[in-house]
Amino acid sequence: MSSFWSYWIIILTIACIVFCAVILTWNLKNHVGVKEGESTGHDFDGIEEINNPLPKWWTYMFYATLIWSVYYFAAYPGLGNYKGFLDWTSSNQGIKNLAESKAAVEQNRLEGKNVQLDREYAAANETYAKEFAKYTNRDIMDLAYDPEALKIGQRLFLQNCAQCHGSDARGQRGYPNLTDDDWLYGGTPDKIKETLLYGRKAAMPGWGDALGEQGIKEMTAYVLSLSGRKVNDKDAAAGKTKFGMCAACHGADGKGSLAHNLPFGAPNLTDNIWLYGGSVGAVEESLVKGRNGVMPAFKEILGEEKIHIISAYVYRLSRPEESSK
Amino acid sequence: MSKNYHEIFEKSAGWLAIGTVVAISFGTLVEITPLLFLKETTEPVDGLKPYTALQLEGRDIFIREGCTNCHSQMIRPFRHEVERYGHYSVAGESVWEHPFLWGSKRTGPDLARVGGRYSDDWHHAHLMDPRSVVPQSNMPGYPWLDENQLDGELTPKKMEIFNKLTKGKMHADDEDGVMYSAEEIAAATDSVKGKTEMQALIAYLQSLGTALK
Repeated sequence: MSSFWSYWIIILTIACIVFCAVILTWNLKNHVGVKEGESTGHDFDGIEEINNPLPKWWTYMFYATLIWSVYYFAAYPGLGNYKGFLDWTSSNQGIKNLAESKAAVEQNRLEGKNVQLDREYAAANETYAKEFAKYTNRDIMDLAYDPEALKIGQRLFLQNCAQCHGSDARGQRGYPNLTDDDWLYGGTPDKIKETLLYGRKAAMPGWGDALGEQGIKEMTAYVLSLSGRKVNDKDAAAGKTKFGMCAACHGADGKGSLAHNLPFGAPNLTDNIWLYGGSVGAVEESLVKGRNGVMPAFKEILGEEKIHIISAYVYRLSRPEESSK
Repeated sequence: MSKNYHEIFEKSAGWLAIGTVVAISFGTLVEITPLLFLKETTEPVDGLKPYTALQLEGRDIFIREGCTNCHSQMIRPFRHEVERYGHYSVAGESVWEHPFLWGSKRTGPDLARVGGRYSDDWHHAHLMDPRSVVPQSNMPGYPWLDENQLDGELTPKKMEIFNKLTKGKMHADDEDGVMYSAEEIAAATDSVKGKTEMQALIAYLQSLGTALK
């Protein structure tokens, strides 16, 4: 802040406090020429105004706030560029990017500055860091069978993942069921962690224009036939001839990209598990409009420590019966 | 009687009004006026980008539907807020906001960094019927947004107004120094025409809080 604005604030603030003190003191004296407790002579509708002084309790409270304001401005930042004798701030100001923010936190720690938010984090770290440290260096497979880790994982899951995958983790239309051991991007501990850290973006283009109405009908029949559903065989046979365009992601056998070690997240079409619904209408809609499922990245939001534990929880979700690996 | 100067304010509504304005103006002069001139509150954060035409329309829908009545866009520097919502809001993120939508009521969660937290599909489902994805939610549904289409007629005007409001507050290395170039303004109507209000609102929501990186 330039010194002009600093002085502007200091002078106006002090003037305001002095002004309040002067007015209060002035109003404590009797200026109306009528003795205290006697009528001022004002009368309206039978109600008479008595010249009573300001209530004592109110006056003392006003003085108390004035004294508090003087202490406050001495101790805390409030008067322009004056930082206060406690050298306290709520957070780091003037941040332009996350790197600057992290650097400021580190700088304050080295200089022992009194930053409220940094102190809150330091205090929390003292309590929680050792809890998380117990798990950070352990294998996800190991944590998946540790009841304590699973409890933490469940709480984190409910706070951060349940909005899409549901509180029972069984997903809903467009959001995968995490309890069925059917995976789009891989169900190994490392793959689950990777998904949580960096997110996933699926991209199935719409084929409505390319296939046309009849083509969509035929392809729907073929796709449904892959998981053993009863369909019109003629339609399915016609659809099969065009499946080449789908095979690039779903594989020529329709078993999905994971079965072929490809990272597209294209679902297995042969297992009768449907991310967007397995009715004729739902499959047609998928084919016409395409699907673009997104799993957000949580690395910056939750940090790796928590994700490590959630990964174990998610891994175990599809293996509820096993009590050990 | 003659010594009771307070009578001036007690007996004249005009002087009472003037006195009130003087008393109130202390706060304004001290707390607001300097902010209009401080570097910290007039310089954008490094990653701040102007809203696209569609996001800008989405922002107006956010205002129209009264989203600020229940959702703040201001993460305060407390650990319990930063843990939940992300890095606390900083001044440089709001320098182009006119009006700012910080809000003061949180019936629903803060949205200052909701961008990227959910997928577009999730937002669509949630805005159509919030309980389809958050069973305990008491947010109303906004299904008409999915039907109303934008015509984009006023979009260029809005962008021109933003150019005026943000004059002198662009990035230091911004060559022309205006938020929207003439070409962007000319293309604005076509870029939003036919899009639904839902798409615009989701585009806006997905942009929130992504500038600090």
